[in-house]
Amino acid sequence: MNSWVNIKTIAKRELVAYFMSPLAYVFIVIFLLLCGTFTFFFGYFYERGVAELGQSFFFWHPWFYLFLVPAVGMRLWAEERRVGTLELLMTMPITPWQAILGKFLASWLFLAIALALTFPLWITVNYLGNPDNGVIFAAYVGSWLMAGAYLAISCITSAMTRAQVVSFIVSLVVCALLLLVGTGGALEFFKNLFGVSIAEAISSFSFLTHFVGFSKGVIDSRDVLFFLSLIGFSLFTTSVILREHRH
Amino acid sequence: MIKVENLVKVFGTKHAVDGISFAVERGEVLGFLGPNGAGKSTTMRMITGFIAPTEGTVTVGGFDVVEQPLAAKRLMGYLPENAPAYTDMTVQGFLGFTAEIRGLHGEAKRKAVARAVDLCFLENVRHQSVETLSKGYRHRTCFAQSIIHDPDVLILDEPTDGLDPNQKHEIRMLIRKMGEKKAIIFSTHILEEVDAVCSRAVIIDRGRIVANGTPEQLRQKSEWAGAVTLRVVGQSESAIKDRLTQLRATKRVAILANGSHIKATAFPRTAGDGDFTREVIEATRGWQVEELHTEEGRLDEVFRSITMPDTVKDQTK
Repeated sequence: MNSWVNIKTIAKRELVAYFMSPLAYVFIVIFLLLCGTFTFFFGYFYERGVAELGQSFFFWHPWFYLFLVPAVGMRLWAEERRVGTLELLMTMPITPWQAILGKFLASWLFLAIALALTFPLWITVNYLGNPDNGVIFAAYVGSWLMAGAYLAISCITSAMTRAQVVSFIVSLVVCALLLLVGTGGALEFFKNLFGVSIAEAISSFSFLTHFVGFSKGVIDSRDVLFFLSLIGFSLFTTSVILREHRH
Repeated sequence: MIKVENLVKVFGTKHAVDGISFAVERGEVLGFLGPNGAGKSTTMRMITGFIAPTEGTVTVGGFDVVEQPLAAKRLMGYLPENAPAYTDMTVQGFLGFTAEIRGLHGEAKRKAVARAVDLCFLENVRHQSVETLSKGYRHRTCFAQSIIHDPDVLILDEPTDGLDPNQKHEIRMLIRKMGEKKAIIFSTHILEEVDAVCSRAVIIDRGRIVANGTPEQLRQKSEWAGAVTLRVVGQSESAIKDRLTQLRATKRVAILANGSHIKATAFPRTAGDGDFTREVIEATRGWQVEELHTEEGRLDEVFRSITMPDTVKDQTK
């Protein structure tokens, strides 16, 4: 009960801070521009002649997030350490976990807001035809979960450094790896190198592999579990790193 | 309220803090002195639970900072070195946030923020973003944060750093006033502050406590304590020097000639010797003495002789 109040207080502060800085608006504008451009020009939204968003819109999300989410997550801890407010935060009567969760939830909620602002696409597709809104809903859920996983990895890299740029680059590289091992090319490559079973094991660690189902409208508990456990693991790692700073 | 026992902090191979013990009770203001890098901030960071001690324990209000961190932290207010504050918030927003984290909501929160704003003279900048504040205001904003919940224990790392003389004075008065009901530790390297604010001072050097006592007790360690300075007309330098040096209780005599006025200081063998002044007066009977006074002892000299013993000896020669 009490801990939930603390988490909420931290999250509220963080979320307000996002909207006090230009970062939030820049991020949302770029995200929406990318969504629009890619859906209509590269996703052949009209040319497909099908009322759906999976191939034209959600298809691009793993790639957008690759660049955008590390930019949202990079400041989470790096900025606290640079400015010195980490010392304030860690000497307040809250546990490190409450701080980690509060900050993570705030950024995740921010990503949810950005994602929700793509609603005109959903209206458009409903206006033009009769899409399966269940499928679209599932894809939104999957996209948000995937964004959370990217974000949790950015949390780790942000806790490791006081330079936001370093955090951005490192999390971009890590996320790129987790993304690329799921592509068809990488699967072929690993098949030739290690055989089918190991190649599939490697690709099962990819965001892409677990997102495909969602974009087709399938909420598979294994995919949900994958993203949630990745988030849990990353936040745990963040707490270990923060604890190390105390020694 | 605060009990520090045999505190040790090792960074790599360096002993930043090397076995420090002391206690601070309610109603005391402990001044924490020492050269830069002596281990003041590290000690304070361990007391507030920001970093973990390598060895030793800290208890605040009976709660062990490592074992029961939340209970201990609730009792404490902390102003870290360089006074960090969230730059992307207004002063009011920042103080409101710290009040909420301290469990104050609604009316209690509003009152706490108003009180802190009032005590720290922040009314003018209340709705300004922390980022745009001058250094002095930012410092006071962080100070306000530390007293928002009216804590029993205050840990202040250089609370007057970066303030102008008026602000320094205000903050010192505030600390002294709050020190009547709280246990306060504050670090500084401004020695006049120790006299103005502290009921007790600890000098630390290279991670160890090298002196611990009231400002008066520390001053007694100075060779200036009990020294007698007099201004004489109509006597030669050598005559004055000879007469004063002959006194049994005199350690040495320093002469400063300025035209016909000669200023001499006689240092007693035992610092703070109460009878020394009388002896000097006896010895100079019949001279034309324009001024005579007993020195109180100088904290800065004590500080230097304790933390840099070699250089002080050189200067005295």
